[in-house]
Amino acid sequence: MAETEAIAALFKAGDCVRVREAYPIGHVRTPYYIRGKSGVIERLCGAYPNPEELAYARPGLPRQPLYRVRFRQTDVWQGYRGKGDDTVDIEIYQHWLQAQ
Amino acid sequence: MNTFRGVHDMGGLPAGEVVASEHDFALWEKRVDALMVLLSRKNLLTVDELRRNIESLGADAYDKMSYYERWIYAITQTLIQRGVVSIDELGRRIAEVQARDDGGN
Amino acid sequence: MSEHHHHDESVPHRHPLRADQDDTLTYWRAMEIAVRELLIDKEITTADEVRREVEAMDNRTPAHGGRVIARAWSDPDFRKLLLEDGNAACEAMGLERGLYKLVAVENTDKVHNVVVCTLCSCYPRFLLGLPPDWYKSRNYRSRVISDPRAVLGEFGTVVGDDAVVRVHDSTADMRYLVVPKRPSGTEGFSESKLAELVTRDAMIGVSFARQP
Repeated sequence: MAETEAIAALFKAGDCVRVREAYPIGHVRTPYYIRGKSGVIERLCGAYPNPEELAYARPGLPRQPLYRVRFRQTDVWQGYRGKGDDTVDIEIYQHWLQAQ
Repeated sequence: MNTFRGVHDMGGLPAGEVVASEHDFALWEKRVDALMVLLSRKNLLTVDELRRNIESLGADAYDKMSYYERWIYAITQTLIQRGVVSIDELGRRIAEVQARDDGGN
Repeated sequence: MSEHHHHDESVPHRHPLRADQDDTLTYWRAMEIAVRELLIDKEITTADEVRREVEAMDNRTPAHGGRVIARAWSDPDFRKLLLEDGNAACEAMGLERGLYKLVAVENTDKVHNVVVCTLCSCYPRFLLGLPPDWYKSRNYRSRVISDPRAVLGEFGTVVGDDAVVRVHDSTADMRYLVVPKRPSGTEGFSESKLAELVTRDAMIGVSFARQP
């Protein structure tokens, strides 16, 4: 059942990606602060039912590939107070990512 | 504002110093947590339904309610949405529970 | 559980920092009782099942995480397994495997990891128990992501400029365990002695492991 229905992964570790800049209502697991920002795929975590659908008691299938994406803090926050190579790693589902 | 930002989606917003607060959880709080775990295991609730209902609280309620108050609100909303519990029986049972309390405080 | 001392005037009243909601039937507490009773009436759960779940919760404490870290400090093969497949490592120690995928991230001289869930309160509960209030607070969730070095400073944790700070926002299906740096002067320590140095906060990444 759920195990077989997964969307193919489009990205691999090291790929540059950009988070889609979109602002729907509803249950979204892509934080506001990271939309429109660019980062690098750290790893593919697997494929999981889409939480945007699970939130409404629907099955969330086919499963969405989920990645850990690494962003440089200085690319995320204006005037970041830290080191230039500090990072933030965030789990982001594939449908929120586009190739950079 | 030409964007929408949920009340829960607070990463990067201005806020105060972090105070290392914690407390021993009260039995009722643990029971709320246990209900979430059990209902999720019985496929009567997904964690994302719980979150969606918490996120739909207004900003004022989100900040004023305690953590497990938000949870019992969201668990109950989910049970109503799924037709597991009706609003009528919920209202009657809450009144019954309150009447049972001897008002000793 | 429900001993009341309202009529004992010899006991001075203390002012708790936080209202004791076990003693007052608030609206939300009445709702918890009502919902639990309705679920029991409908035979969806039983009082016993709820009680057992609370007990299981009480048994999940940061001591579990501490054992895992102490093993990783002592056994290079286990450390490798933990970093590659956190759930398998927990299972190998006879602990719960966990419902979510466990990602262990290691602190070194060059990298300091710290974990947050900006959207809610995701936390490796099977290894650390329930998250503390501050982890779920607006101040922590808002600021540790954009100004981590300042927030670490508020915990008394100073990360030098020679190390990168790596914040992990736990937004989805992973849960994170920070493997703290092994304290100096602990050569030859047994695993159980090492485990005593591993604090919950060190496994979240807001502090270092204790010095012996």
